[in-house]
Amino acid sequence: MELDSTQVWVVIILLGLGSFGLRFVFLGLIGDRPMPPWVLRHLRYTAVAVLPALVAPMVAWPGATDGQLDAPRLAAALVTLGVGYFTKNVLAAIGLGAATLYGLLYLLG
Amino acid sequence: MPLETQRSAYWRGVRDGAPFLLVVTPFAMLFGVVATEAGLNLVETMAFSIVVIAGAAQFAAVQLMVDNAPTVVVLASSLAINLRMAMYSASLTPHLGRAPLWQRVLVAYFMVDQTYACSIAKYETEPDWGVGQKIAYFFGTMTPICPMWYAMTLAGALIGSAMPAGLALDFAVPITFIALIAPMLRTAAHKVAALVAVALALVLAGLPYNLGLILAGMGGMMAGARVEMWLERRGLWS
Repeated sequence: MELDSTQVWVVIILLGLGSFGLRFVFLGLIGDRPMPPWVLRHLRYTAVAVLPALVAPMVAWPGATDGQLDAPRLAAALVTLGVGYFTKNVLAAIGLGAATLYGLLYLLG
Repeated sequence: MPLETQRSAYWRGVRDGAPFLLVVTPFAMLFGVVATEAGLNLVETMAFSIVVIAGAAQFAAVQLMVDNAPTVVVLASSLAINLRMAMYSASLTPHLGRAPLWQRVLVAYFMVDQTYACSIAKYETEPDWGVGQKIAYFFGTMTPICPMWYAMTLAGALIGSAMPAGLALDFAVPITFIALIAPMLRTAAHKVAALVAVALALVLAGLPYNLGLILAGMGGMMAGARVEMWLERRGLWS
């Protein structure tokens, strides 16, 4: 496999600039100007919408099992969610979620 | 006195960012391995991780180049994967928009899923923090994560061997993010936003260029805002 070095560098530089632009667009251009209330109302839900949307397909169709729904991974996700929701303790949720994953992977062989 | 609180906010950020090393370490090593196997030299591989600093987009770009995709397609697909960063940027603006420009430039550069998720979760539970503490906390979360991203890319590129698949490290990403999101589901509006986003993400998963994620995110945000308005009208929103 031989990649064209020019293409590689064009991609690195333009992708870097483009990614920075996406990250900077609101933070840099709006700055401390006030945003309308309806925009703020939507932005309050960015994290709880985008991050679950990001992980939902990884839970439903794990790459490691070729996209087959996997009992240990699903159980680990649910345990993590439950512990995190009820205890509000991120580390406890990660720990018990990982314990569930490895425990079930071991038991189910 | 404010200096002291900024310092402690920074160290809280460092502590809260540290668990994400579980995700970043294998992911960055894997990128180093994959990029090297695709034929990138050490300088090109490191430039990817330092200039672009976005895992999923980097993997997509390298894979598309290996598949001989035209440069325009490589860029469009990888940038589409990073579109969510614009949503993160908007979401951080009410908190960090008053910071000096040079700090906002650095925040934008270090804005990745983990630093964003940690910071926005903390800002919601610390409404009294000023912009100084918020910036300090953000750079705290970045401190364990981003340098490790570079270092482990280098390690992966130098080692060049595949990661042991038996460790089920693929699932470090969902577990760490779910653990972080779960405590944020405080109100009915937050829960509805997350549920709608998850449902849409699963239904729209087949769309090209990662558009399903963007549409699901927007749908979830609109659902959350609707529920908030509905509760507010009934006097149930504090």
